[in-house]
Amino acid sequence: MGMTMTQKILAKHAGLPSVEAGQLIEANLDLVLGNDVTAPVAIGEMEKFNLKGVFDKDKIALVPDHFTPNKDIKSAENCKCMREFAYKNSITNYFEIGQMGIEHALLPEKGLVVAGDVVIGADSHTCTYGALGAFSTGVGSTDMAAGMATGKAWFKVPSAIKFNLKGKLNKWVSGKDVILHIIGMIGVDGARYKSMEFVGEGVSALSMDDRFTIANMAIEAGAKNGIFPVDELTVEYMKEHSTKQYEVFEADADAPYDEVYDIDLGEIKSTVAFPHLPENTHTIDEVGDINIDQVVIGSCTNGRISDMRVAASVMKGRKVAKGVRVIVIPATQAIYMQCIAEGLTQCFIEAGAVVSTPTCGPCLGGHMGVMAAGEKTVSTTNRNFVGRMGHTSSEVYLASPAVAAASAITGKISSPEDLV
Amino acid sequence: MNACGKVHKYGNNIDTDVIIPARYLNSYDPAVLAGYCMIDIDADFAGRVKKGDIMVAGKNFGCGSSREHAPIAIKASGISCVIAENFARIFYRNAINIGLPIIECKEAADEINAKDEVEVDFDSGLITDKTTGKTYKGQAFPEFMQGIMKAGGLMNYINK
Repeated sequence: MGMTMTQKILAKHAGLPSVEAGQLIEANLDLVLGNDVTAPVAIGEMEKFNLKGVFDKDKIALVPDHFTPNKDIKSAENCKCMREFAYKNSITNYFEIGQMGIEHALLPEKGLVVAGDVVIGADSHTCTYGALGAFSTGVGSTDMAAGMATGKAWFKVPSAIKFNLKGKLNKWVSGKDVILHIIGMIGVDGARYKSMEFVGEGVSALSMDDRFTIANMAIEAGAKNGIFPVDELTVEYMKEHSTKQYEVFEADADAPYDEVYDIDLGEIKSTVAFPHLPENTHTIDEVGDINIDQVVIGSCTNGRISDMRVAASVMKGRKVAKGVRVIVIPATQAIYMQCIAEGLTQCFIEAGAVVSTPTCGPCLGGHMGVMAAGEKTVSTTNRNFVGRMGHTSSEVYLASPAVAAASAITGKISSPEDLV
Repeated sequence: MNACGKVHKYGNNIDTDVIIPARYLNSYDPAVLAGYCMIDIDADFAGRVKKGDIMVAGKNFGCGSSREHAPIAIKASGISCVIAENFARIFYRNAINIGLPIIECKEAADEINAKDEVEVDFDSGLITDKTTGKTYKGQAFPEFMQGIMKAGGLMNYINK
């Protein structure tokens, strides 16, 4: 029987000619990632068990991005723990404040992940790198500790769901709308334990940033990973950002799929996920009047340069609605500088938004935009669970940067087409 | 090896943000995390839970963030086993790795009520609701997994 893209990558890294869904394998890792919330737990485990050293100082990435710049003393202690570990073990890819960015925007930008890699990260959105044709998945801190020490991890080989994309996106519709549409269709456990493979002629019409956003939220459908085939655009991206050797894996023609969905990108409308699950989706025309208190544009899902450009194009020459707080967070230092160079930062500030240094902060109710009781935020982030961004009675509406920016101007959930 | 205790019951899609909200993730001390376990969905859980108690929930338990703090908080709160229709994959892995017994059984998850007295036999996977007298068959824990549970987690187990 044939194999899916994911199965082929896993087979190669397990040193096996083939694998099938359900098989338990041990795979060699190309990269192990941790952040300031999860890495200290892993480092603690390594120290407790006297595991000395790491398997490869070049294949570990440590990114202090969640509660940084340090939001309180305990967070500062966690970052200090990670920094000392990085220095002691001469970790090549430790990114200090000033060089860091939100991990899942930063790693591809720095060229640390390429097609064909197997990556684990102690962060659920590690699945983002599937956009590059890599197998990447989120794990906990214990798996991270074992991965840092041995360079290996065990996996149960996943089965897959195929999403056959055709057509192209309409104006103001983006990768975020595609993935929210899909999660609305299959549910937050619709791909539990499985791979989501995004294929078809429609892929070529999606930018790399759109693909990162789509793969990033595969976990919100419960998936083990999301993955795209490698095309000219992927190769161009990798050549621009990386010197690492990449390897292209294509699904066999007879690869087995649990389900196949055909999706016409041209039929997808701007989509908003209502509280308190990403599957509670509504298209923008059926949202109704929902007044908001805050807008967040950023995160590992939507903090990339094309997200900043579309938000700025909506906000340019306009003013943020009275009573609305707008927080814009370019995901990396390079994106931040690009925003300045292109005049986007000025657009945001003139409109009445604040522009923050890279941080995950508000996405998980950490800092830089925590909500009070009863408040509502339109956010380009990835989760709208109870209490995710603050008080348990606050509400998060997930949307694209275009919808978030338009909502900032009107003060209620809006499409850019609603603006005069 | 078995677990026995009173049931705390929850619904579908219990995410790791409600199990342990991110605002408490600046600590990874199990005792500290236990004090805030389930706080955003069941505010007095931490005060009510007794050592050995059992958690029962619906589908996709532990979805969301990869934070290992979530199973750590549940285990440190005294919970001896989580029964659910099914678990989100990262949570499932993390729970085993830190030695929190978890078992999938749809019928038990549907029928067992809050405050019932329930016993789980890890060798056979048999779940007994002592309050109603009903029994359910969950998946038995393989020997190596019981070894991990007994050792208190994967790292302890490997180290032995």
